[in-house]
Amino acid sequence: MAGSNKTNITPPRWLLAELTYKCPLQCPYCSNPLDYAQHSDEISTDDWKRVLSEARKMGAVQLGFSGGEPLTRQDLPELVQHARELGYYSNLITSGYGLTEEKIIQLKEAGLDHIQISIQASTQDLNDHIAGTESFHSKQEVARLVKKHGYPMVLCVVIHRENIHQMADILAMAEELGADYVELANTQYYGWAHANRDLLMPTQEQYQEAEEIAQAFKEKVAGKMKIYYVIPDFHEDRPKACMNGWGTTFLTIAPDGVALPCHSARELPGLDCPNVNDASISEIWHESKAFNFFRGTEWMQEPCKSCDEKDKDFGGCRCQAYLLTGDMYKTDPVCSKSPDKHIITEAIESARLSALASNEKPLIFRNSKNSKAY
Amino acid sequence: MSLNTEKTIKFSPMHRLQWEEAQQKDVILYPEGMVELNQSSAEILKLCDGTRNLDQLVADLEEKFATTGLKNDISGFLEVALGNGWIQQN
Ligand code: SF4
Ligand code: SF4
Repeated sequence: MAGSNKTNITPPRWLLAELTYKCPLQCPYCSNPLDYAQHSDEISTDDWKRVLSEARKMGAVQLGFSGGEPLTRQDLPELVQHARELGYYSNLITSGYGLTEEKIIQLKEAGLDHIQISIQASTQDLNDHIAGTESFHSKQEVARLVKKHGYPMVLCVVIHRENIHQMADILAMAEELGADYVELANTQYYGWAHANRDLLMPTQEQYQEAEEIAQAFKEKVAGKMKIYYVIPDFHEDRPKACMNGWGTTFLTIAPDGVALPCHSARELPGLDCPNVNDASISEIWHESKAFNFFRGTEWMQEPCKSCDEKDKDFGGCRCQAYLLTGDMYKTDPVCSKSPDKHIITEAIESARLSALASNEKPLIFRNSKNSKAY
Repeated sequence: MSLNTEKTIKFSPMHRLQWEEAQQKDVILYPEGMVELNQSSAEILKLCDGTRNLDQLVADLEEKFATTGLKNDISGFLEVALGNGWIQQN
């Protein structure tokens, strides 16, 4: 295995509990694996409780319930309550679809700390088109109810070529809904977004314009609303410091109990990601091949190996290196020092040409029919 | 935004202040984030329960730690806390 240096392993702080891959929506940028339909097993309520307890004992404190749509799990309130008893700060990451006022109250009583609702656009047409489901009005209603019941409200909007022109309207909508936090997540090209990249990636000019609008808004609402801006890394010179370093901070558990150092890691070859049914969280975190694979810097190749920035960005994202170059040990091609930077340049150009073409191919929506093709 | 010295100070209901055993530290938790606190900051925030204004808070802390001259440090920290939304005044 690549990095087996086990000294200085820090405990997990953030746990992402992907409760299910079921989702009533069909977002074409969904980060779930393309072949999610093949992973339809879900671990039991008791398994989840054990996972939460073990990770909390090690020091995990931020907890995200996600999916798919976590509301499709009937045991969600029970898991929320268990998390509260353990002292987690828990977050429901939801499409808002199907979230009733009764459920909002029930989850509050169970001890849920905040709710993050995703909205696809500032207009009904586009929202419902991207979500693949009529959901715009119910999402707005849910956002109001979340505020009404005293939760901090986080609005998450994934940004791509179809909605980037709405930036100003999206922010106005967030203000009108009373969001406390707005996450403007420029699409990251994994999973379904990778498959739809030519149709989703904006141009450099579109990014710049949108970012200026977001920046001006951020200053305007300082002290009232916080803006988290997830950068479009394809247009940067340096990669993101992925996961804050492999196996240092983040632990993701997939619906079937597979433990992942990052939520795309099951696509990497030869990691043998462990399952919570076979080992404790502590064993998984400290001993497993997958979690040690890219820990530290020993696994690196040039140019990262002798680069003085390697402790800052850890060579970028392993899944991105693999998706784009076929070699998961390589420097993230986003980096201007990478010999593969041309792949990024070509991807940007290919998306630009696709936008100009009259016969643009349709988006592939995330649903089980399309998933079965992978 | 700056601190009103007359008004009482209350920890924000949109954040949570809690002791973390694994880190042996008090932390502030909020959506997408966590701030680790040193002991004196934590002691100040624990008294922000909506019953004390700045002077009362200073007096209580000086008494608790049997010392004087804390006012500048405390008000400096509270300004930061207010700017970050950790505390509120009504
Ligand atoms: S991104 Fe869309 S399709 Fe994927 S899980 Fe979230 S709401 Fe469902
Ligand atoms: S060469 Fe590697 S370590 Fe250096 S800046 Fe680029 S990605 Fe980071």
